[in-house]
Amino acid sequence: MTNLEIYNQKFMETFGVTEDELSALKYQSVKSWDSVGHMQLIAELEDSFDIMFDTDDIIDFSSYEKGKELLKKYEVEV
Amino acid sequence: MSKFFWDNITKYNDDIALIIENESMSYNKLCNDATSIVHDIPTRSFVFLVCRNCMASIVAYIGFLQKKIVPVLLNEAIDKSLFNDLLELYKPQYIWCPEGFIDKKSVYSYKGYNLICTGSDAPIMNEDLAIMLTTSGSTGSPKFVRQTYRNIESNTDSIVKYLDIKPSDRAITTLPMSYTYGLSIIQSHLMAGAKLILTEQTFFDRGFWNFFKDMEATTFGAVPYTYQMLDKLHFLRMDLPSIRYITQAGGRLGEELHYKFGKDLRDKGKALIVMYGATEATARMSYVPADKSVEKAGSIGIAIPGGRFELIDVDGSIITESDKIGELVYYGDNVTLGYAECREDLAKGDDNKGRLETGDMAIRDKDGYYFVVGRKKRFLKIFGNRVNLVEIEDLLSKAGYETACVGEDDSMRIYTTSDKAEDIVNFISQKTGLNRKAFTAIYIDKIPHNESGKVLYSELK
Repeated sequence: MTNLEIYNQKFMETFGVTEDELSALKYQSVKSWDSVGHMQLIAELEDSFDIMFDTDDIIDFSSYEKGKELLKKYEVEV
Repeated sequence: MSKFFWDNITKYNDDIALIIENESMSYNKLCNDATSIVHDIPTRSFVFLVCRNCMASIVAYIGFLQKKIVPVLLNEAIDKSLFNDLLELYKPQYIWCPEGFIDKKSVYSYKGYNLICTGSDAPIMNEDLAIMLTTSGSTGSPKFVRQTYRNIESNTDSIVKYLDIKPSDRAITTLPMSYTYGLSIIQSHLMAGAKLILTEQTFFDRGFWNFFKDMEATTFGAVPYTYQMLDKLHFLRMDLPSIRYITQAGGRLGEELHYKFGKDLRDKGKALIVMYGATEATARMSYVPADKSVEKAGSIGIAIPGGRFELIDVDGSIITESDKIGELVYYGDNVTLGYAECREDLAKGDDNKGRLETGDMAIRDKDGYYFVVGRKKRFLKIFGNRVNLVEIEDLLSKAGYETACVGEDDSMRIYTTSDKAEDIVNFISQKTGLNRKAFTAIYIDKIPHNESGKVLYSELK
């Protein structure tokens, strides 16, 4: 699987959304992306890409698109 | 001079009570606006208050208390069909809710909230009944706890005392107002003439931390799952000099986090105060004093001022030795009247008479500190919300799924004979408003029963 495929899969699994809902997805834009969902997503991405997000990035990870940008800091290209 | 804080807070005059992003409200304005909101609502009316951590919600609440109007506090996030069921069952005369929450005509608007008159009659209510709260967050269970004016005053007073809440304190909201823990933070800070910083944002919003720092919050409360989140966010490494102390309730924090946060905060001259309570006891029953937070990590502490505990043995006798397990029973003025499950129950008297069986099993150590070691009743704490396993099974049964529910806090396992396991997780998550992460549905051929038809939960672990 490509990094993008993994990234998408984690979003779809964690929030129960379909692929075409991804690009518009933001923190709290759907019920399942609440603070619990956020913790879950962060943990899944850290696991999949073998990274540890720092505090500012966990807080700034406010959308599907923003997340892609942030991952670059950890040398993960999606 | 009234014996109730909600009447006496006028003494704080022009001191600030509530703060939101671009506005602050003095105690004077709070009281004046409260009076306006309830102006046309007769005393001893019965209402639904759909809560948010905002000015309109809190101001109205104070107005209701002042005019002895009885609100049922509901979470804004409640499932709409469950809300409608409650409306049908309890028939409140008025609803105070956010604009757009319900499609009915408003008779009074204030800061994004509407007052709706339903045309129902006043129910017969116990004259001491002050408010009603759910025990389970947003799950829409029709069972509410009946609290009196004395319950609220007494518990709020105890809390202000043992937390030593001062007018200079600034609590930022982190819990729903309809949740007894969240409500206790609001009430205690108002009683003390302190400030409430109101926000709907969460720990994962950049805006929350900016607001926190700008407003120099001195305290907040959080449930065990939130402490795990804060740990993940390396909260203890953050530069937050304004914090004086933080509190924890809503379930067992666990010895590790209790120790970690307790020690670090103490080293910084701050404190973590772990507490224990229940809606049935208004809010709080016990706390671990700041200076014992490290030494008594894992404990629920000692009874609040004015309260006391007993441990009852299986034969009903009172346990006097330390380190012996018994059922934890609490006595105090904050023990509520009991439950209501329908409109007629509003008239009921005092079922508890000042004595509450907590349903928790505990021990008392030789220093007099209590430790909860297990639960008697079938419920879990999911992200701080009490979730009754029997109610969940009933909800699922009505939807056509045969299930048996077990699990641990924050993690429920739903055994089902239905082949639609995924649907169950979606359904229950939606109905309860709790994140799907808390639920796992497991297919099983047959749910084990004994000869008398009782489910053998022990076989499902």
